[in-house]
Amino acid sequence: MRSADTGTQTVRLRIWRGDSQAGRFVEYSVPFNDGEVVLDVVHRVQATLAPDLAVRWNCKAGKCGSCSAEIDGRPRLMCMTRMSLFDRDSPLTIAPLKTFPAERDLVTDVGFNYAVAGRVPPLAPRQTEPGEHHRIWDADIERVQEFHRCIECFLCQDVCHVLRDHESNKNKFVGPRHLVRLAELEMHPIDTADRRATARHDLGISYCNITRCCTEVCPAGIAITDNAIIPMKERVADRFFDPLRLLAAKLRSRPDSGPAK
Amino acid sequence: MAMGLFAFILYATWATFQNSHYYAAPYLSPFYSPCVSANCTYQTAPLVGSWWKVSPALAVVWIPLGFRTSCYYFRRVYYRSFWLSPPACAVADARPRYSGESRLPLILNNVHRYFFYLAFALAIVDSWDAVAAFDFSGHFGIGLGSLIMLTDAVLLWSYTLGCHSCRHLVGGRLKLLSAHRIRYRLWKGSSVLNRHHGLFGWTSLGWVGFTDLYVRLVSTGVITDPRWVLH
Repeated sequence: MRSADTGTQTVRLRIWRGDSQAGRFVEYSVPFNDGEVVLDVVHRVQATLAPDLAVRWNCKAGKCGSCSAEIDGRPRLMCMTRMSLFDRDSPLTIAPLKTFPAERDLVTDVGFNYAVAGRVPPLAPRQTEPGEHHRIWDADIERVQEFHRCIECFLCQDVCHVLRDHESNKNKFVGPRHLVRLAELEMHPIDTADRRATARHDLGISYCNITRCCTEVCPAGIAITDNAIIPMKERVADRFFDPLRLLAAKLRSRPDSGPAK
Repeated sequence: MAMGLFAFILYATWATFQNSHYYAAPYLSPFYSPCVSANCTYQTAPLVGSWWKVSPALAVVWIPLGFRTSCYYFRRVYYRSFWLSPPACAVADARPRYSGESRLPLILNNVHRYFFYLAFALAIVDSWDAVAAFDFSGHFGIGLGSLIMLTDAVLLWSYTLGCHSCRHLVGGRLKLLSAHRIRYRLWKGSSVLNRHHGLFGWTSLGWVGFTDLYVRLVSTGVITDPRWVLH
C-alpha cells in the first residue's frame, strides 16, 4: 500500500518465529521506501516491533552469504532482494532455510555443509623442480574462475530436493555446493588427483538428477549444473559407464611384452 | 513444458506408425530418415531386407528417442514434469524415497554419449536430406520444403553439437586445454551452443514435427509446395 504524498509504502510481513523445537509465522506491518531490500525491512521490524528477532547478516552486499532465507517460498539473499519485486497487497513470507535445522527465528544451523566439506579431497598440486614455478595459462584456468565466485550462502544446498526432501540422503550426497568445489579442484590445471571414484561413491554425484534448481537460485550466477555437475558426471561416466573407454584403459595398462622402445 | 513434450510424443508416435505419406519428392520426412528398409517409398540405403514389415521409421526412431531421453536438458524436463521429483524448485517431491540416477533404470542415462555418437551420424544424414531437398529431378531449385528441411538440419546440428556429452568429449574432459588448441576451440564453440541447449532442444524438436507435417501435407496433396526450379 503506497502513501501518495511521501512515497513511503507499508508491507505486511509474515516472519517465522521459533526455535529448534517449534515455531509459527508472526505477522508484522512496517513501512518501507523505494529502493529498499528485504533485509532493510527485517531490520526495521527488529528495530521497532520485535527486538528479539534473530537474523544472521553481515556485508549487506551479496558477498558474505549470511542472510539466506526463503522469501515467498524461494531461497534468496535478503540483502539482494528488492522490495519492489513484491508490489502487491498480500503479506510477504520470510522463513528460514528449510533444509537445515532451525536455531532461532531466521537463523539455521548450516553445520552440515562444513561437516561434509572435508569429504572432497583437497588440491594435489603437481610437484615442481627446484626453482620452478607453476605457470598457468588463461585457457586452463578460465573455467575454474567461475567457481571462485561462490559465496557459500548455501541457497543451492537449501533448494536441492535431494537434501531438502530426503533427510536420509544427507549421509550419501554432499549437495551442489560441494560438487562445485569438486569440479573446481578436478579441473584445476596444476592438480594431479583423480576424484572420480570419490565423486561417485563418497560424494553421491549420481543422486543429482540435474533439475537445475541450484543454478536458478545461485546469487553469484554460477552455472552450477551445466559447468560443474554435468562435466563431473561425464568424467564419472568416463571412469565407470563407458565400456569402450574402459577397454582402452585396460589395454593401455597391460604390461609390455618386450623392452620399451 | 510437460504439455509440449506430451503433444510431441503423441504426434511422433502417430507419425511413426503411419507408414505412408512420408516422402514427397524431393522431401523425406526426418522421422523416416535414413529410410533403410526394402519397403521404403524412398530408400536412402538398402541396409534392411524385405523381411522388415513394419514402419521403416521404427528402424531409426530409437536413436533420436534415446538421445533426447538421456539428454541432460530433457532429463530435467521429465524429472520435473512426469517424475515430480521435484515438481518445481522448493516444492516437495511426490515420492518419499529417492535414489536419483544411482540405480536402474535411471543409471542408464549415463549412456548418453553413445546416443550422441549415433545422433551425430543422423545429423549428417539429415544434412544430406537437406541438400537433396534442393535437387528437383536433376535440376537445382528452391521450394518452401527445401528451406524447411534446411532449417531442420541447422537446428539439429545446433542441438547436437551443444550436447553436454559432445562438449565433454571434444575438450571438456581435458585438464590442460592450452595443450590442445584445436580441441580448446571446439570446446569453446560447443560451450556457446550449450548455453542455449534448451532452446535448441525445443526448437529442433518442434521443427522436426513441423517438417514431417509439411512433407505429409504435400504428399497427400492438401497443400502445394511453392518452388522455383532452375531449368
